[in-house]
Amino acid sequence: MSTAGTIRIVVLLTAVAGLEAACRSGLIAPFSIVPPSAMLVSAFRILASGEYTADILATLGTVALAAVLSIAVGFAFGVILYLFPRLKRAADPFLASYYAVPSFIFYPLFIVMFGLNRWPLVAVAFIFSCVAMTIATIDGFLNVRPILRKVAQSMHLSRSQMIRLILLPAALPYLFTGIKLAIAYAFIGVIAGEFIQAGSGLGYRIAFAYESFQTGTMYGLLLILLTCVVSVNTVLGVRERRLYERLNR
Amino acid sequence: MTSIRHSFFAMLDTVILVVCGALMWWGFAAMAGPHVLTGPIDTFRNLGQITGDPEFLANAWETLRAFLLALVIAWASGLLIGIIIGAHRLTGKVVEPILTGFYAIPKITLYPIILLLFGLSLSARVAFGAIHGIVPVALFTMAAVRDVRPIYFRAAQSLRLTPAALVWHIIVPASLPGIVSGLRIGFSLTLLGTLIGEMFASQRGLGHMLIIAMETDNVRLLIALALLLVMVATIAGAVLLAIDRKLHRRSVKGQ
Repeated sequence: MSTAGTIRIVVLLTAVAGLEAACRSGLIAPFSIVPPSAMLVSAFRILASGEYTADILATLGTVALAAVLSIAVGFAFGVILYLFPRLKRAADPFLASYYAVPSFIFYPLFIVMFGLNRWPLVAVAFIFSCVAMTIATIDGFLNVRPILRKVAQSMHLSRSQMIRLILLPAALPYLFTGIKLAIAYAFIGVIAGEFIQAGSGLGYRIAFAYESFQTGTMYGLLLILLTCVVSVNTVLGVRERRLYERLNR
Repeated sequence: MTSIRHSFFAMLDTVILVVCGALMWWGFAAMAGPHVLTGPIDTFRNLGQITGDPEFLANAWETLRAFLLALVIAWASGLLIGIIIGAHRLTGKVVEPILTGFYAIPKITLYPIILLLFGLSLSARVAFGAIHGIVPVALFTMAAVRDVRPIYFRAAQSLRLTPAALVWHIIVPASLPGIVSGLRIGFSLTLLGTLIGEMFASQRGLGHMLIIAMETDNVRLLIALALLLVMVATIAGAVLLAIDRKLHRRSVKGQ
């Protein structure tokens, strides 16, 4: 392993050990942070008891639904904007400043519209992550190397063949980045929504545990959630890097 | 001349798009009825009314204060971290994956921890806004500082610059475009963080006002506030983006 990698692991382990020591010695009060070992025990107890399994599955299901919708609709938007350059030029200022708008301000509005169920969560996660996919799709198509277009032209490919055989495979790494971002953003959208206002789900349980001073349970749930998110991100990140390596070869 | 005409038509298209959007909004509002969605004209009228309301002004001031404090902290500490890990290679290699990992997790999950540490106070909201903004500022600054041409560092060495002079006269000017991109994204995320913080467990600010409007089924207020925040955020984002692009264009020309 590289020197940097070794140092990084040492730094992280020291930080966890330091936190453990600070909590055990009473330097940090147990009602604000519990020791990391206790977080781990609590996480395993929660998973073993099955008490929160329905909430965990509800959250993951909502994230999956929102991500699939964002990827499909975001991709479609991207294709439309790519095919109509004038529309793209008109929409450019909005695409560029889209993420300057804090999308979560619409969550209360969605609750009023759809009622307090899972749909406002899907909606807020969707509007948060859809545009990331759109931007990635356009980037991918615009970054296709001109020589590939010329090849397609000299072979007299039809428009649909051109998209299927040249543009999509060439833009694949960018599309994958879009998919990765859409999933990460869908997670943020659903969890943040569940925190703010919801009746079920992992984020709601964490917020509830916080409000009822069950600090141990709260940290256990947090650990489970962060493990889910970090593993999904890592798997997608590794896959993404391989795709870009292929592109540069 | 042609480029002016070109950008005029681009602008015209954008205006047409906005008008189409407003018409769709109006159509939905007409279908759904004013108890679900108020139309554009109504919303602007409501907005005019609430901006004179002292309660609104007090909440807006709370949000602005928390946001500005969080922004100063996020920008300053992000820049400091970014310059250190950008200029010192090994530190950068060690810290970068930790920062990118932290960037990708939903920061909202950390809010209860911050609340437990700071209590229900202004400092909790400021801290929560700031942790959203620090990492992107640090990562962009790091990348920009790494890209500073080595010859500049050698020039600094031969001039025997002090570390502070090196940062101020060499690193910052040479990496300014990248730094400004980071500051721009940090701005947006800090605003997002501040508002989410107010929506969850807070008694003050525009985020809290949104939640109250939802709980009391006050659609008029809800949509007027959303419109106001969208307009403010879009305008601020557009201004920062214009500065950002100008700096990038100038640095391309200079090379």
